[in-house]
Amino acid sequence: MEHITLLLGIVIVTALVFDFTNGFHDTANAMATTISTGALKPKTAVAMSAVLNLVGAFLSVEVAKTISGGLVNESGITTEVIFAALVGAILWNLLTWLIGLPSSSSHALFGGLIGATLMSVGASGVNGDVVVTKVLLPAIAAPIVAGIAALLATKLTYKLGSKADEKATAKGYRAGQIASAGLVSLAHGTNDAQKTMGVITLALVTGNVLAPGSNPPMWVIVSAGVAIALGTYLGGWRIIRTMGKGLTDLRPPQGFSAQTSAATVILASSHLGFSLSTTQVCSGAVMGAGLGRKGGVVRWSTATRMFVAWGLTLPAAGLVAAGAEFLTGQGTWGIVVVAFLLVGGSAVIWALSRRKPVDHNNVTDDEIGESAGVVTTAMAAVSVPPTAGAVASLAAEELKTTIPAPAGSSAEPASPAPV
Amino acid sequence: MNIDWAALGSVFGVSLVVTVSLVGLFTLGIVGLSKQESASAQGGGSAVMARTGAYACFALCAAAVAYGIYLIVV
Repeated sequence: MEHITLLLGIVIVTALVFDFTNGFHDTANAMATTISTGALKPKTAVAMSAVLNLVGAFLSVEVAKTISGGLVNESGITTEVIFAALVGAILWNLLTWLIGLPSSSSHALFGGLIGATLMSVGASGVNGDVVVTKVLLPAIAAPIVAGIAALLATKLTYKLGSKADEKATAKGYRAGQIASAGLVSLAHGTNDAQKTMGVITLALVTGNVLAPGSNPPMWVIVSAGVAIALGTYLGGWRIIRTMGKGLTDLRPPQGFSAQTSAATVILASSHLGFSLSTTQVCSGAVMGAGLGRKGGVVRWSTATRMFVAWGLTLPAAGLVAAGAEFLTGQGTWGIVVVAFLLVGGSAVIWALSRRKPVDHNNVTDDEIGESAGVVTTAMAAVSVPPTAGAVASLAAEELKTTIPAPAGSSAEPASPAPV
Repeated sequence: MNIDWAALGSVFGVSLVVTVSLVGLFTLGIVGLSKQESASAQGGGSAVMARTGAYACFALCAAAVAYGIYLIVV
């Protein structure tokens, strides 16, 4: 019994940590375009998004009945499986944040659940059909739907507004963009904080603390809402930078079109019964808006890396979760090892991020292509040390050349911790 | 495999129509306001027209946002 209580405590904390990473991973969805077009100051933007996420968490009374949407057979789920799934999802979220790529937090959680279930129950616990219809197809459809809508909207707004003075209209576009971004934040708080509440409630039910079918207790709602709001306020600046500046250069009309398209697609998809990932919708909208302006370009190299990350989300989170589930299956010591690995892994990723900090001070600076540098750093740091000394010096040489010190961060060494 | 093409299609259609019309309306509103400024500088009745039209556009957009909030809450 004591063992269950300890595990349950760890699972609740881990779920809240996932909620937190979910928050800072997804700040970009609502606020990247708002920040890059200058509609709101970076700090103001994340604060507004955080408040709306918190409000959103309390708004809906509908409880996430199934956390996996039928992907896995939830009747056989144990507390260990939930824990392992969360570990996989958190580590994938942190890794994609480190390399500054927007990827779906829900898909990371799904991947974790699938991997952990495969390890504990076997292939019979996973519904392959649902994986295709709920994860793969939406991942392809989301950017296309949002992208085409944003593309046409951008073309239209440039056509209609061509006679008006650009300076006079920019203010209006910014106001409209803030409204759309607010809607996205609110919807995000409602959906994603619910997800964590569902996870914690499921863990409490499987741990025999709550009766099956219970609503989440008040402390669960409050802590999930606060965790996602704190994460949002901290701001995933690396991802905001990629979305707001890395994919394309956004001007106020484009930012407005992209954000409006994103808000519309998110609300339409969740109420017409074909759920699309917020992250993928927003990325697609940004790219569509980028293509919609005459002379606008999408940086396909960045976009390609993002698509690759989307494709890897499910298997990567699943693989980590399967490993974690294997360890937790070994008994209490395995759970402790997984917990330490999670903390250690997160610490390593954070330490790596400090090499090239991105924060609210340099999030909109014009120096793009640094993500490649961060990837190189990450790869160099996690890869096996080269056997020959020559290779090592060559790699070091390459690191020096590909990662010039950023003007922004060296000028402000005392800037606060970025996320 | 049971792919809900109808739902996907309606998401696509609704998103496209709503996004384009909202952005179009809002742009008309913005353009109307800036026209109103230049028109009132010259003096004349078209300033009132432009201003009224712009506010009508903004009101429709505000209604759409309110409906969006309603969808989130309910």
